Amino acid sequence: MIREYKTIHEVSGPLMVVEKVEGVTYDELAEIQLPNGQMRRCKVLEVNKDKAVVQLFESSAGINLAESKIRFLGHSLQLAVSGDMLGRVFNGMGHPIDGGPEILAEKHLDINGLPMNPAARDFPSEFIQTGISTIDGLNTLVRGQKLPIFSGSGLPHAALAAQIARQAKVLGGESNFAVVFAAIGITFEESEFFVQEFKRTGAIDRTVLFTNLADDPAVERIATPRMALTAAEFLAFEKGMHVLVILTDITNYAEALREVSAARKEVPGRRGYPGYLYTDLATMYERAGRKLGHEGSITMIPILTMPEDDKTHPIPDLTGYITEGQIILSRDLYRKGIVPPVDVLPSLSRLKDKGIGAGKTREDHAGTMNQLFAAYAAGKEAKELMTILGEAALSPTDLLYAKFADEFERRYVAQGNDENRSIEETLQLGWELLSILPTSELKRIKQEHIDKYLPKQEG
Amino acid sequence: MKSGRITKVSGPLVVAEGLENANMADVVRVGEQRLIGEILTMTGGTASIQVYEETSGLGPGTVVETTGAPLSVELGPGMIENIYDGIQRPLEEIMKMVGSNITRGVEVPALSRSKKWDFKATAKVGDKVIGGDVIGTVQETSVVLHKIMVPNGLSGKIKSISSGSYTVEDVVATLTLDNGETKELTMIQRWPVRVGRPYKKKFPPTAPLCSGQRIIDTMFPIAKGGTAAVPGPFGSGKTVVQHQLAKWSDVDIVVYIGCGERGNEMTDVLREFPELQDPRTGESLMKRTVLIANTSDMPVAAREASIYTGITIAEYFRDMGYAVAVIADSTSRWAEALREMSGRLEEMPGEEGYPAYLASRLAQFYERAGVVSTMGREERVGSLTAVGAVSPPGGDLSEPVSQGTMRIVKVFWSLDASLAYRRHFPAINWLNSYSLYLSSMRDWFNENIGRDFMDNRDRAMSMLQEEAELNEIVQLVGKDSLGAGDQLTLETAKMIREDFLQQNAFMETDSYSSYDRQAKLLGLILKYDKLCRDAIKKGADLQPLFSLSARDRIGRAKSVDANEYVAAYADIDKLMEQEIDAIAMKGGAE
Repeated sequence: MIREYKTIHEVSGPLMVVEKVEGVTYDELAEIQLPNGQMRRCKVLEVNKDKAVVQLFESSAGINLAESKIRFLGHSLQLAVSGDMLGRVFNGMGHPIDGGPEILAEKHLDINGLPMNPAARDFPSEFIQTGISTIDGLNTLVRGQKLPIFSGSGLPHAALAAQIARQAKVLGGESNFAVVFAAIGITFEESEFFVQEFKRTGAIDRTVLFTNLADDPAVERIATPRMALTAAEFLAFEKGMHVLVILTDITNYAEALREVSAARKEVPGRRGYPGYLYTDLATMYERAGRKLGHEGSITMIPILTMPEDDKTHPIPDLTGYITEGQIILSRDLYRKGIVPPVDVLPSLSRLKDKGIGAGKTREDHAGTMNQLFAAYAAGKEAKELMTILGEAALSPTDLLYAKFADEFERRYVAQGNDENRSIEETLQLGWELLSILPTSELKRIKQEHIDKYLPKQEG
Repeated sequence: MKSGRITKVSGPLVVAEGLENANMADVVRVGEQRLIGEILTMTGGTASIQVYEETSGLGPGTVVETTGAPLSVELGPGMIENIYDGIQRPLEEIMKMVGSNITRGVEVPALSRSKKWDFKATAKVGDKVIGGDVIGTVQETSVVLHKIMVPNGLSGKIKSISSGSYTVEDVVATLTLDNGETKELTMIQRWPVRVGRPYKKKFPPTAPLCSGQRIIDTMFPIAKGGTAAVPGPFGSGKTVVQHQLAKWSDVDIVVYIGCGERGNEMTDVLREFPELQDPRTGESLMKRTVLIANTSDMPVAAREASIYTGITIAEYFRDMGYAVAVIADSTSRWAEALREMSGRLEEMPGEEGYPAYLASRLAQFYERAGVVSTMGREERVGSLTAVGAVSPPGGDLSEPVSQGTMRIVKVFWSLDASLAYRRHFPAINWLNSYSLYLSSMRDWFNENIGRDFMDNRDRAMSMLQEEAELNEIVQLVGKDSLGAGDQLTLETAKMIREDFLQQNAFMETDSYSSYDRQAKLLGLILKYDKLCRDAIKKGADLQPLFSLSARDRIGRAKSVDANEYVAAYADIDKLMEQEIDAIAMKGGAE
């Protein structure tokens, strides 16, 4: 049922009020036709008797209250999906912008998706080797995980994400993989970096790109990540592919959400973000995962820039509560020239314990991981003490720890963007670093592993 | 008129008019898909309704019907080992019906209608019974004996009752009520979730809940029937602490509520618990567990209800005389759901947009915990322990949910991100955490674990406190300027932290530690301290004392197998005495 009205009563920011409507339902999609024939899309946020509040996905400029027509389409926002989406580029609303033909839809899917039944989830436990020691060794990524990168302005998160996308592989596995990339309000240059990167590695043919750039309408960004995830769900659970989803930058998304919330005059939560920001982010992040009885998986790497590098800002904070860990980039390390500048201590992968150990990586992985973390933390503390009191104040063991921390950053963290280390190389490097410390300090590792793997000291 | 029509839809909030005959808090069915909702406010015939499912596609004119009853749960055999959503719909059944994603308007009864249970009558014809009396039992799982009770409020004589194999809807007994009417009893009871189930009397809790977690049981114990909160920023290990409690607590029934948290976490519980063995019964842990999962991507209104659904089920088992633990992860998400509905109702917001009644709702929830003597003639004592996780934004405890919770709960396990970064797990900060049950449980400890236990605990705590003070001095002037005694204090405190408080949830031998083992391990560390102190007085050097092989063995004492620890610890004890003796002799001789 299509109903057309010319009763737009009010336009303010991204919101419009339409009067004297009938049969309009919540979350319904609508199209506005401007006097010059231009079409814009919007969705219903609220219906109250014969009044509908609609949110535009594009700018409201040029809308003439008397002359513009609004047409309600009777369904919510949908994306046409097909296996042919691979290798194509779409705008933030899911229309092809690469000059190619429209997609011949196999299906039209509601972009909001449906909540996944927790009883139907399959627990992610397959180790993904990214070739990056700080991730593989210490914050292991597994298939079906959502692991965000918390970055700051000016930090090389794009290079890290591209490196993961390029190097990620499952040990001994096949490669029915795909990448879904959503650019959410980022600059042309940053987006182009990813496109060139995918082209260089040949991954472009297995990539679906959704781009909403910084100069595209901000409110469209609310739809963009959902478009990308709908495509990813289709590829993963209907085409059996292992999909890596990169969403960048979630901060822009949250700001668009705030804009709409403010226009609706909702009671704001922290820092003006709406109280439902957590729920809203969760409905996106939770779409990652694996399902029982399905071949494919969705592994998600959302990227967000922390305003003022503040981890307690609502966007990183709420993200961290939903995602299964976080990779945090450090400005200090980056200044020291350490690339990728992964700040190991506050970074975390919650699913690492399920993806490591004998049969997955190696039996000594868990023990060495904990020991490296503890030793690096102790080393950093020792170094702090050293700056206050001087080297003389440290005990011989503390000095070794300080040395360990330096070596750890220099050799383990600073691997550059081009080195692809196997998990054995990463573990081996870990043991070499641990051999700096006296064996009696290695309490978190089983004795048998120490005997087996610790490099023997000369002499 | 029992039905009305929608006039407004705004997210999960729906306003309908024409509902003059509905009651406040009634459950309603919305639209053709019969979505479930609950009335929040009434103005004349206009009702504001929170809908427990996604509302897209609803519009003015859609029919709303009231069921005339408040939101209730079905109580009876079949709840254990099940996983429910926030309004008690069985998720595994939903999966069988509609596949791996939850579609709208699915209707499945909470308890299987076809499964037959072996009902054993324990009451006889002619027995006088009142609400709460047990008339028969069903062996629900190998560890849970489900007691079938007379619903509250009934009183009369049993007219007929017989053992046999029944479904939950079959009549197992009939009662002649006091007013002469006949009442048929099945194994199902219904109870409104927002009303606490009645009991005869509440007692102050006196016995500890043993969770097998050293920092909890020894340092900040919680009583059976007590309340506790676990606040912490993300990544500090809240969920692992909650899972450990659900796994190892020495209670009869665990109700685990995943409220607005990750889907994979619930899956983890669902897949892992059946594999784990309860150290007390030797049976699978799932056989005593009920799961409520309303993950963060599921509708927000049902998240608000999930906490009540869970605690009502827990109260039902408490009424059978069992020790029950409710573990809710996370109450902050529940509060956010409350805030969202409150905002849509255009209520005047309190702090940070939360409704003004947030604190009283929190208090109502925790107050449903306790040790009670249950309804019925027979004297039964049941307990309900409530543990809630709090996820303060940015780890800032001054926010309303943390503050509201801290005012009520008696035990506070404060998780610390900086400990988590150092991989000190469980990352419970020993300086800001507290337990207010210590004094009321002292007698129990003295009687059951031994007199030294509490003394050792207090000594260990004061040593950790001293360490914090000494560390400030060390920061300024370095370790070497401390006296030998203080250096030993630092060393012992380090042992308490690393060799006692740290516990690896993922290492089989360390995941669970019995009370006896905890007492012995702490005893060893403190004995080391005492012997060293004596040796220092005799003039012994520090360095050899710190590098004893016994000290190294204490460091690895956690990973000794549960069957061997008694002998192993005794062995360490002996070795330690010999080694320190030898050093003291030498020191004295010089």
